Amino acid sequence: MTTVRIGAGQGFYGDTPDGAIAVAQRGHVSYICCDALAELTMAIMQKDRLRDPGGGFARDLPAFMRALLPITCSSGIRIITNAGGMNPAGAAAAVRNVAAELGISGLRVATVTGDDVTARIDELRASGIALANMDTGADLATIRDRVVFAVVYLGAAPIVEALRQGADVVVTGRVADASLFVAPMVHELGWSWDDWDRLGAGVVLGHLMECSGQATGGNFSGDWWNIPDMDRIGYPVCEVTDDGSALLTKPSKTGGRVTVDTVSEQLLYEVLDPRRYLNPDVVADFTSVELQQAGPDSVSISGVRGARRPEQLKAIIGHLDGWLGAAMIGYSWPHAMAKARHAAMLIDRLAERAGIHPVDKVTEYIGVDSLHGGAADAGAAAIANEVILRVAGRFESEVQARAFPRLATPLALNGPPFIGGGATPQPARALLGVWPTLVPRTVVEQSIEVSVAESPG
Amino acid sequence: MSREVQLADVARARSGDKGDLANIALFAPNQALYAAFLREVTAQRVRTHFGRFITGDVERFEAANVKALNFVLHEALDGGAARSLRSDPLGKSFGSLLLRMRIALSEEEAASAPPPRSPPG
Repeated sequence: MTTVRIGAGQGFYGDTPDGAIAVAQRGHVSYICCDALAELTMAIMQKDRLRDPGGGFARDLPAFMRALLPITCSSGIRIITNAGGMNPAGAAAAVRNVAAELGISGLRVATVTGDDVTARIDELRASGIALANMDTGADLATIRDRVVFAVVYLGAAPIVEALRQGADVVVTGRVADASLFVAPMVHELGWSWDDWDRLGAGVVLGHLMECSGQATGGNFSGDWWNIPDMDRIGYPVCEVTDDGSALLTKPSKTGGRVTVDTVSEQLLYEVLDPRRYLNPDVVADFTSVELQQAGPDSVSISGVRGARRPEQLKAIIGHLDGWLGAAMIGYSWPHAMAKARHAAMLIDRLAERAGIHPVDKVTEYIGVDSLHGGAADAGAAAIANEVILRVAGRFESEVQARAFPRLATPLALNGPPFIGGGATPQPARALLGVWPTLVPRTVVEQSIEVSVAESPG
Repeated sequence: MSREVQLADVARARSGDKGDLANIALFAPNQALYAAFLREVTAQRVRTHFGRFITGDVERFEAANVKALNFVLHEALDGGAARSLRSDPLGKSFGSLLLRMRIALSEEEAASAPPPRSPPG
């Protein structure tokens, strides 16, 4: 019976390296997989790349590598990360530089490219691929002049190729989150690309691990107050058997909890139809997953079924969609809510008079209804100890988005009594629309490249 | 005889985003309550419960293997996290919002629920 142990190292851009360090030190793993990308992240990275052709990848990648490489190199652990973002080649170069700084020569760092189709949009359209919005059916022409980036979600195959070429670290761009984890399973356990059940199992395991601490007690909606030591939560580690079954656990001497309940919550996280979870390499049936408590902080996962992979790959096209300008003002008891409402009315009037018109706008009363809207308990408004008014508008220009919150500042002296902080204008921020679409896999696969280069000695 | 309970006292929920869609998985503590949720927590009721927060439809999927109902809320996030004006652009609070819902349980169903627990302090 062949097995491979794989650990999670990162759940998002901005995650702490502590979880990955514990996995490297005490997880007994052969692979650590790091997911650094989300829709918004790609836009941030593209902006970085336009400013600096050497940028465009996760800025914390060098820090992660500085922390991890001394441990992983001495114990033979291989790292797979999509922190390359919009510039995998630049990110791979940065990893080699860190290795050189640390005196690690001959570290084999692979780059996977081909996901970024920003420069190919018009070529694809000319060849008959419409890139219409897969949710609404809208024509890309409606946003074409505002496009910031276009990336396709790649599967596990190019990472498997990099591992076959002996890579110690694999750096990719937009590879599907779960596929980062599927690749070492395919590579080590010899799964074939039409073994839908095993690939489905791999996607389930990858999905469970890709959000790091969310499978091991983080964000648990049950008795969260009994979860031990969330400040040093253990990231998930899976021991995968060649039949696709696995044990999910976490490193020793870490916080968190691994139970059927904590794992179940992650199983359905960001899932649409659980019978058909789409991944570039397989369609996994999440309703076939059997979870059982196998021991303390150990859950067994088995029974997963999968179906033939989709013929089209998902792509997302990020496009500029106005500017956010937001003002926040805090008011205290008595009549905190009435004061905040009055201030909102005053800001509306000031904006009207200044000719600063938001395209649309939300007015929130933080402490009362900002998270639950109309479903919030209406009684809370009457007795609130304090309310923070937040008025956020979408504006066509950055100038307007900056000017809008400044309208609220004079209310510190001229408005209802008394402002409890927070009247400082918030910085304006570009808003990004995300356009989901489909691309035939053959068009993408022919442009995927895998290259390996060693850190200098 | 039936008894009204708030979902927060008998269920768990986690929500997340995918573009302008939000999903909420609602977990039952046992089979009896899973059957009750199937009966009570319909897509239509969830649509009504969310009111003005969402503009699209609600779909419901079943994941009996983990005693969960998965709700997919369309046009739910003000156009999606990266363009949303909201304090909670990712819909992370949608799970707890759903747990505000009150449903009717039979006496047997209500008796099967584990006692509600609260954090100390």
